[in-house]
Amino acid sequence: MDLIRMRDVTHTYKTGVTALRDLDLTIEKGEFVFIIGSTGCGKSTLGKLLYRELKPTKGTILIGGENVGKIPNRKVYKIRRKIGVVFQDYKLLEKSTVYENVAFALEIFGLPKEEIHEKVLKALDLVGLKGKVKMYPKELSGGEQQRVAIARAIVNSPKLLICDEPTGNLDPETSMEVMKVIQSIHELGTTVIMVTHDIDIVDKLKKRTILLNAGRVLKDYAEGEYTK
Amino acid sequence: MKTLRIFGRNIRDSFKGVWRNLSLSLASVSCIAITLIVVSIAMILSGNVNSFTSQIENDVTIVAFLDQNVEKNDISNIYKEINKLEYVDTIEFKGKDEIADEMMDASATYENIMSGWTHDDNPLQDTYLVKVTDIDHISDVSKKIEQINGVSIVKYGEGMVEELVSIFDIIKNVTIIIVIALILVTAFLIANTIKITIDSRRREIEIMRLVGASNANIRIPFIFEGLLLGVIGSIIPIVVTCYGYVALYARLHGQLFSSIIRLIIPEPFIYQVSGLLLLIGMVVGMFGSLRAVRKYLKI
Repeated sequence: MDLIRMRDVTHTYKTGVTALRDLDLTIEKGEFVFIIGSTGCGKSTLGKLLYRELKPTKGTILIGGENVGKIPNRKVYKIRRKIGVVFQDYKLLEKSTVYENVAFALEIFGLPKEEIHEKVLKALDLVGLKGKVKMYPKELSGGEQQRVAIARAIVNSPKLLICDEPTGNLDPETSMEVMKVIQSIHELGTTVIMVTHDIDIVDKLKKRTILLNAGRVLKDYAEGEYTK
Repeated sequence: MKTLRIFGRNIRDSFKGVWRNLSLSLASVSCIAITLIVVSIAMILSGNVNSFTSQIENDVTIVAFLDQNVEKNDISNIYKEINKLEYVDTIEFKGKDEIADEMMDASATYENIMSGWTHDDNPLQDTYLVKVTDIDHISDVSKKIEQINGVSIVKYGEGMVEELVSIFDIIKNVTIIIVIALILVTAFLIANTIKITIDSRRREIEIMRLVGASNANIRIPFIFEGLLLGVIGSIIPIVVTCYGYVALYARLHGQLFSSIIRLIIPEPFIYQVSGLLLLIGMVVGMFGSLRAVRKYLKI
């Protein structure tokens, strides 16, 4: 069953640069998909279109049957609540503890304290950080900070997890630790789309891989097909 | 229940926001405090100028001297005629015997001269003391009283009263303009300081948006935070106003230069000024915050 269906999607920035051209892409529920390509190929733009940071200039993007390109800005939060997003720079609140950073995503829904507590600890347990709830981001390593960001992204049990260069700031060893966490989340049934330029990871994991070039899909490798 | 929880979280977050951004919060609070002290001084000055001018205006009385041979019946008719006039506030009758008594009480010299007078040979005239509701119409009212049968002369300090009234009007208007201008400047200063506080937290707002916070979710804690900064910032000006004005009033014995210029009695005046300071702090804090956070919301 389709979770994401992109048809004829073009995105042109205000500067006149066209990042994506007539892109067609379908992603099934429960898939793990890598989006790769050289710098400027449009892979980050694709991620931003999916979590509705950007609107397509042309075409439709359906996520779970909903046309996200048509959602007005003031209602974007509704789609964001169904999608978890992880970034290269973690985007953590520096002045909040690990626990608060993760709980933050639930507090805005007005959930009861006990429920928040339970979900936050479960998410932190999943990323292996249950013992660091009271620490602040700056007291953690890069890999740990990224794991906090992943816990925050999945605490609300989203159907879709978008990772935009999640290992971009990490060394190979730490990157693999983070990937293990992302994989375990995928195994629990979450659809994962990961934008990356880390070919080693893509090669090791052998997942479906979409290679973009100049805003178009150059090749769509099925699971196990991609090799460096 | 859910709304209550969100509301509770917003209040808690606003306290946290103030605490975690302490240096900027202190900058905002100091800015609010300093500007509100200036506003407080201007309000106290303006309030006292207004009170003083009103006192003087209230003291201005039209004295209508009645004819020497006026009958008792005529006296009450004159009262009715005056009472019919527009802008008349109070009418007080002062008979010639009462005037003579007052003069004798006031001075021994008068007492020597007047003590032998009987009602019939008292050369003074019966009078009506008339106060008007609007001092701008004192001249018209006097002219109309003068035309009433049985009234001989009318006095109210012509010329001087008009001049005083026009000077007072200018002073009142100028002080009101100063207070309004100061409030506007304060609003601008506070709003800008809060804007800097919030600008430094645009990352926080960005993250809030990414994890699915609606515009209201983002806006409300910042509005509370602005409100809180406004309330904290107005505490010092309120304390300065309350203690400062009471001390000033006591030191000057409630008057400025002479007993003519009486200061406003501290209570409830200081509470009114304090209430206004708190209100300005809260409103400006809230709107300053709202204006700053708007920039980062995609609406």
